[in-house]
Amino acid sequence: MMLQEPVVTGHPLADTVAQYVWLLPVLPLIGFLLNGALSMKAAAKLGPNDPSAADHGHHGSASAGVHDADHDDAHISHDDHPVVRHKYAGLVSLIGPGVLLLSFGLAVAIFFAMRSVDMAQPYVDTLFRWMPVSDMKINVALQLDPLSMVMVLVITGIGTLIHIFSVGYMQDDPGYPRYFAYLNLFVFFMLLLVLGANYPVMFVGWEGVGLCSYLLIGFWFSDKANADAGKKAFIVNRIGDFGFLIAMFLLFANTGALDFAGIAANIDKLPVGGAVVTAICLFFFLGCTGKSAQIPLYIWLPDAMAGPTPVSALIHAATMVTAGVYLIARSSLLFSLAPVASLTVALVGGLTALFAATIGLKQWDIKKVLAYSTVSQLGYMFVGVGVGAYTAGVFHLVTHAFFKALLFLGSGSVIFAMHAAYHATHNHADDAQDMRNMGGLKKHMPVTWVLMWIATLAIAGIPVFSGFVSKDAILGAVFERAQGSTLANASLLGIPGSTLLYAVYAFGLAAALLTAIYMTRMMLYTFHGPNRTGADAESHLHEAPWIMTGPLVVLGLLSAVGGWLNLPEFLPLGPTGVFDKWLEPVVGASTARIAAGGGALAGSTEQALIGTAVAIAVAGIAFAFVRLKPAALVPKKDSPPSFGFAKVLENKYYVDEAYDKAIVQPVVNGSKYILWKGVDVGIIDGLFVNGSALLARALGWIGSQLQSGQIGTYAWVLVLGVIALLGAFVRVH
Amino acid sequence: MNDFLTTLNYNSWILPVLLLLPLAGAAAVLLHGRLAAAGTPEQAEGARHQLRRMVLAIFAIEALLSLGLWWSVDTTSSTWQAYFSRAWIPMWGMRISLGVDGIAEMLILLTTLMMPLAVLGGWTSVKEKLHTYFALLLVLTTGMLGVFMSLDLMLFFVMWELMLVPMYMIIGIWGGQRRLYASLKFFIYTMLGSMPMLVAILFIGVKTGDSFGRPSFSYDWILAHGSFAAHTQLWLFAAFFIAFAVKVPMWPFHTWLPDAHVEAPTAGSVILAAIMLKMGTFGFLRFAIPLFPGVAAYPPVRFAILTLAVIGIVYGALVAMVQPDFKKLVAYSSVSHMGFVILGIFAMSVQSVQGALIVNLAHGVSTGALFLLVGMIYERRHSRLIEDYGGIAKVMPVFATILTIVSLSSIGVPGTNGFVGEFLVLIGSFRTQPIFALIAATAVIFAAAYLLWALQRIIYNPLTKPENKILPDLNWREVGLLLPLLFAIIWLGVYPGPVLDKTRDAAARFVHRVETSSLDLSVGANVEIR
Repeated sequence: MMLQEPVVTGHPLADTVAQYVWLLPVLPLIGFLLNGALSMKAAAKLGPNDPSAADHGHHGSASAGVHDADHDDAHISHDDHPVVRHKYAGLVSLIGPGVLLLSFGLAVAIFFAMRSVDMAQPYVDTLFRWMPVSDMKINVALQLDPLSMVMVLVITGIGTLIHIFSVGYMQDDPGYPRYFAYLNLFVFFMLLLVLGANYPVMFVGWEGVGLCSYLLIGFWFSDKANADAGKKAFIVNRIGDFGFLIAMFLLFANTGALDFAGIAANIDKLPVGGAVVTAICLFFFLGCTGKSAQIPLYIWLPDAMAGPTPVSALIHAATMVTAGVYLIARSSLLFSLAPVASLTVALVGGLTALFAATIGLKQWDIKKVLAYSTVSQLGYMFVGVGVGAYTAGVFHLVTHAFFKALLFLGSGSVIFAMHAAYHATHNHADDAQDMRNMGGLKKHMPVTWVLMWIATLAIAGIPVFSGFVSKDAILGAVFERAQGSTLANASLLGIPGSTLLYAVYAFGLAAALLTAIYMTRMMLYTFHGPNRTGADAESHLHEAPWIMTGPLVVLGLLSAVGGWLNLPEFLPLGPTGVFDKWLEPVVGASTARIAAGGGALAGSTEQALIGTAVAIAVAGIAFAFVRLKPAALVPKKDSPPSFGFAKVLENKYYVDEAYDKAIVQPVVNGSKYILWKGVDVGIIDGLFVNGSALLARALGWIGSQLQSGQIGTYAWVLVLGVIALLGAFVRVH
Repeated sequence: MNDFLTTLNYNSWILPVLLLLPLAGAAAVLLHGRLAAAGTPEQAEGARHQLRRMVLAIFAIEALLSLGLWWSVDTTSSTWQAYFSRAWIPMWGMRISLGVDGIAEMLILLTTLMMPLAVLGGWTSVKEKLHTYFALLLVLTTGMLGVFMSLDLMLFFVMWELMLVPMYMIIGIWGGQRRLYASLKFFIYTMLGSMPMLVAILFIGVKTGDSFGRPSFSYDWILAHGSFAAHTQLWLFAAFFIAFAVKVPMWPFHTWLPDAHVEAPTAGSVILAAIMLKMGTFGFLRFAIPLFPGVAAYPPVRFAILTLAVIGIVYGALVAMVQPDFKKLVAYSSVSHMGFVILGIFAMSVQSVQGALIVNLAHGVSTGALFLLVGMIYERRHSRLIEDYGGIAKVMPVFATILTIVSLSSIGVPGTNGFVGEFLVLIGSFRTQPIFALIAATAVIFAAAYLLWALQRIIYNPLTKPENKILPDLNWREVGLLLPLLFAIIWLGVYPGPVLDKTRDAAARFVHRVETSSLDLSVGANVEIR
């Protein structure tokens, strides 16, 4: 690589395998280029030399190469012709997951190298200068520290599993290489996001993952709904990116630095609790609400389920949507200086957790349930990083990546089976993702059934599954901060911080109850009770092949025992607080600053909190088992419309409609009728330009008397005139 | 490389050669028209093909010759590079003075490199009056290059007008349905804009003559010896401002652009967008601001211009969003992008000015590519209306891929040229003019809205219309001419360092000159221009 500056010398990682850190993102980039080239090679059929001849009908054969693959979420085309595998399927299946596996292997090697050295200081590898302008030196530089390492392991590890799953799931899709090209590109940008040593490089990843998300949501672009969803995701994310940009501008204007080390060195220029640092953090958080789907910008994520299901698992559950949580953990130094901003983060997170959970109660599309669940769980993570429990927030990010990836891939297996069954019975009418059309699948898909129950227990917070450990750490931290901390002493909109934090705790508990209910509902309606696919289709239901179930098993294991990575003190089933200690060098000081003025919870309080949380989770599951009757469900086409509050929930509180009426329509119509037709065409052109044109026409009439109208003559005269003018060169004085 | 160029004495002849070669080419083209008298249709077609290759060769030689500037120009020097000066009309104090700095060098390279692509873009679509068409393109090239090189105000003006006339004719003859309206509008707008500038140039020249009462139009001389009362400076600046603001175009002087773009043939649109829109901002950088730095630094003037720039940024993006015609959409997006350039220039920080220069180049590459792409589907489908398309990624995957990449660069996705420019403009402007930068930054949202919406309606969505199902994908010529632009998009986005280095010193001098100036409007104050 081009080295402008030597790698930080003297860092204990300097001579280890860590010097190949640049390979981590470059490997998936190579995968993208190769798969992209294969995709183009297979799809491209270059046109004739004179394209204007096209409309004379010489090239009618061009349409022969068109696949008519208008899928919703299916790898299997609806037409009844036998599917033809892509001609490069074998090569692509090797490259796509292969580069991820290599990247993961390297990440593991670097992880072990890091474990054996002192990581008090981050290891920064400057690759080349990017935007060097005067006193602003922005380099393309990568940073390894415990936090970025955690993210890298999650991205490459879960990423590898999902790539492998995709080999089975997408095998019959005509866009197979394009799919893996996008997926590899996504991993490249995601790694750049978490490895960037400064905000601009991070922003490259930040927008890059949004771009890939856009491309993958609209992967089956021939369906307008999918293309709409992709576009919506990009534009809503751009609102958040605007916040990210402004935060960077504020940082640079006030500290003169944009790299993490430079900001830390100049942190004195930002007074504690001052307006500037608060504004910086709030603008960053605006970015988070976009990327991580929090109120008010969460609206794109449920629509993003239009993409292939493995994409939902990787991008819209395990990695990209957690980038906001990473951003705050990465900026913990700033957020710990801005209690008001931190309180805002916790409050918005708590509200989102509860709000999204209520919507999840009444969704029928299995992926929509999981989408709102993701929004809700991301809310928990923001509660965690909002109250300065950075390790708890990031740990929930990790465990959520395990169990939510499992849930999505599991739902992918279900949809895969449903599609196969519908395909075999030539059923083109029914929705393969609607739970009302499922039921009783446990008999046909026992492995998926067991694994998804593990994930359900984890997300519901049943001890000792992974989700219990991480969610409990967050709720405990909220309660602890409410009792005493710099946040409790601050206030937001005139409400004391401690009151707000107790409210956030209550939201968290309520959301936990709803989570247990809607997840159990999903499991009951999908796997339990009688089968509603119809007898014909039922005989075709079966478990997915092992290339898909294999990754599920690994994720099931992680979901079950992931909590061991960070066992709390009261659960000494092994070494406790490993994860906390790992992240200590990155976020320890910030946590301490926020927690200042409070103490650890009393043992009895802590036990009471845990007891409450567990009781609520159990109650939720029990409630769902008692109240919900899968046997009473009828297939989608026979279902009566819902009414009352259930209808409001089913329609997601009509938030999309409200945004459309309040923002989108006014902007579009205002631009069209006021700015364009009014100002441009009406005033500027109508009044001024055409006024002058009238004048010019009068003058032109005089001029026309002098003109011959022969263009060739004009050109000759012009050329000769210019030559004569410049010909004065030869005149020597 | 530089040693090799030195042995050729490259710097001493390159600028006049770059100016004269296209003119000689134009003469050769017209001569070819006279000699190759058309016989049978096959012979005529053969002659046309011969002509196309000849013109492409001329532009290719021009581009190759100009490439040496990359090495030969010392951008750190504060004196003019590749300087060339000969007497022209001594009695009136006019000289043929040519020279470049880092800023001009980059724009010259943009011009010489875009021209062959513009010719290739119209390779098969222009079939009528081919000789005149190519002759005009060649003369136009001289005019544009002359603007970037001139160090004599009168020479600059001649070049300025020289590029106006051929473009007027290109639109008026080879344009679309409403070409006459569009070309007239273009002509009137720019003419009315440049007339006050001519008066101002004459005034300056006469007022800053030597001790014998001879006028002087030498840029350096005026820079060193010009001296005007503050109010006079304001008027002179205003005269330049009108000419340049029309060319940029700044809101509300922009309405010629959508019409001109829509009606112009592909090559015309590409040249307009990629090169001619840079004339206005270059005029500000080279003439209007350095000659009257006090005016540019004068807060009310600055505030007014920044306001117009930011209105243009947001307004252009919003109006682009609702255009049914793809060419108009791109035209309005140009209004928005060029607003960024003006914002960067008048925000007067080193980052913002450097950013403005990058936006200039980035816009040239990306919008040039967009117009080429529009031309390509127009040639197949004879429609510019977005609603006539839909789903064509199925039949034209290569076209769809390239259009997506170019659109993303226009949106300013990081990793592409568009991001680097906008980012530098905004971060630099935020230091000096935070409110303006904040409003301008909202354009990142609207830009995504208008281009992605258009993209969806053109290449995504169901492929329903039968006319679209038989569209052939791009051919080798089209892919080949787009590849250099794609390369430039990524290169400027990922590794803009070398380009930033080129413009670094010129930008720093520019900012320094303005920062150290002020305008004293009290009665009788006579401020030296320096």
